[in-house]
Amino acid sequence: MREIKYREAISEALREEMIRDKTVFVMGEDVGQFGGVFQATATLYKDFGASRVLDTPISEAAIVGAALGSALAGLRPVAEIMFVDFTSIAMDQIANQCAKFHFMTGGQAIIPLVIRTQGGVGIGDAAQHSQSLEAWHAHIPGLKVVMPSTPADAKGLLKASIRDDNPVIFIEHKMLYLNEGPVPEDDDYMIPIGKADIKREGEDVTIIAWSKMVVDSLEAADDLEKEGIQAEVVDLRTLNPLDLETILTSVKKTSRVVIVHEACKTGGFGGEVAALIMENAFDYLDAPVERVTGLDTPIPYAEPLYRAVIPNPDWIKKGVKKIL
Amino acid sequence: MQATKQEKIDLYRLMYRIRTFEEQSFVSFNKGLTHGVLHLCIGQEASAAGCIYDLKKEDYLATTHRGHGHVIAKGADLKRMFAELLGKETGYCRGRGGSMHIADMEIGILGANGIVGGGVPIAVGAGLAIKYRGLNRVALSFFGDATLNTGAFHEAANLASIWKLPVVFVCENNLYGISVSIKKACALDTLANRSAGYNIPGVCVDGNDVMAVREAANEAVERARNGEGPSFIECQTYRHMGHFTADDGKYRPDEEVKYWKEERDPIKNFAKQLLDDKEVTQGGLDSIHDEVKTEIEQAFKFAEESEPGHVDDLLEGVYNQPAANQ
Repeated sequence: MREIKYREAISEALREEMIRDKTVFVMGEDVGQFGGVFQATATLYKDFGASRVLDTPISEAAIVGAALGSALAGLRPVAEIMFVDFTSIAMDQIANQCAKFHFMTGGQAIIPLVIRTQGGVGIGDAAQHSQSLEAWHAHIPGLKVVMPSTPADAKGLLKASIRDDNPVIFIEHKMLYLNEGPVPEDDDYMIPIGKADIKREGEDVTIIAWSKMVVDSLEAADDLEKEGIQAEVVDLRTLNPLDLETILTSVKKTSRVVIVHEACKTGGFGGEVAALIMENAFDYLDAPVERVTGLDTPIPYAEPLYRAVIPNPDWIKKGVKKIL
Repeated sequence: MQATKQEKIDLYRLMYRIRTFEEQSFVSFNKGLTHGVLHLCIGQEASAAGCIYDLKKEDYLATTHRGHGHVIAKGADLKRMFAELLGKETGYCRGRGGSMHIADMEIGILGANGIVGGGVPIAVGAGLAIKYRGLNRVALSFFGDATLNTGAFHEAANLASIWKLPVVFVCENNLYGISVSIKKACALDTLANRSAGYNIPGVCVDGNDVMAVREAANEAVERARNGEGPSFIECQTYRHMGHFTADDGKYRPDEEVKYWKEERDPIKNFAKQLLDDKEVTQGGLDSIHDEVKTEIEQAFKFAEESEPGHVDDLLEGVYNQPAANQ
């Protein structure tokens, strides 16, 4: 299978869905001629024009609110919020409007809407451009939260998100955009929202991760194998809805769990996963659930400083060894 | 603008229907039949009736916590509205939404809204969809004076203007944001002047004169349908009651309240005008009153007799379940 970059998988998904369905359109800051600050919408403007690839002012609340209004009036918007940090500026529209409209109208409002954004620590982007805020969004009933780790998952999940009749927060990771991987070319290739994926099988320990931490976990698992430890890596891919079944099956198999996320620890989604494992598989555990997470700090600017506050394969290996 | 006798009677009936609905809502609140507070629009009926009377079913509107009047003017079913206030299964939102979230997607009502400013970008988004789909529709955004100071209004107004969207912004200036006078909250004497900053034409009208409102609204709607972009209308008006049903509104001077109730009541004044112009007799007005009261009584009875909103499928309603192609 041909290999393409994660960001190319994103733009390929958008392109295919825009061709398939004329109501699908893209809006956001610098998504047009510029192609997005991470080039995830590159060439769409050239091919579909300004009427379907809309450069917006820097108005996050209006971007999400207008996307919602357009969804209520028959369109399938894909709105880009340039950094997940900026969802804070659109939070009324995300949390109070998009998430709740279907429920609070007694099911009348159907909201086929995707908010594409990206997060995580990059290269010296500092505290306001580096956060991992998935727990905020996963905490709001009514939103779906998707965080792909590979180009194939990115394409398949984005296509599924666009075809979904619910608001989806689709969080990419800025350090994954240039990663390459095999991606199917089939127009109807989709990955169902709410299905985790076992990225590597193993018997000794389950590592649960999402987004870029899947990549780091796989690297850690390769190293651990050299030491005779077989780690299973579960990529959640979707935080809400959560594939608890796949998590529990793996936990029951290995009896030891390390949860890895880049977001800071307190209030992080790892705590939710840990609690669900306690509630549903406590008797299967041979050790306490271990969390390997970002530290509880804003992300610093300088490289040695930011590297000191987010997990890496060494941290993950240490976490595994702690509970073996 | 010439209005036919029938149109004038219709407008009167519509305003009277809104007021009677609100009065009955207040009665039901005081009896403890509603499950939350209500933001009544008594005194503001002319702006709802005047702006919406000529809209078509497929046109859109998004409104606010004080939205009963707009929803009724757009053609909402009074039975389902009362049922919603009473938390019944037959309500517009099956008791999940209540007064602040009444919506009817079938007739373009994109919801009342509990967040000040929250509905404005949504109306603009409907305007975007209209333009994108090449439809001859318009989207009206209703909001109060206090909304002018939210970021969401600013962002949405600018977006509507740069994209020349078919949106009409209707600011119902009732002089207070809960208890705070607009004079303390905004440096403008005429709120319509705010629209100049977005290069959106703005007018200020007597929001209690239904014919003046209708004329301004229809001009704005025509501009929108002609592809000339958004307009802004400030309707100067007043709520007779407090901000919500648990607020006695004592922060307002007695003489001010008295003036608006006695001198500026949109329904009373329009009735007088219709009688003076011999468009209707007192007997004609009386029969409108009787018909509307019967309609309201029957609608309320329907709501009272309906079963409560179902609890058993609450969680199934969080997401739209039959997601396409999954």
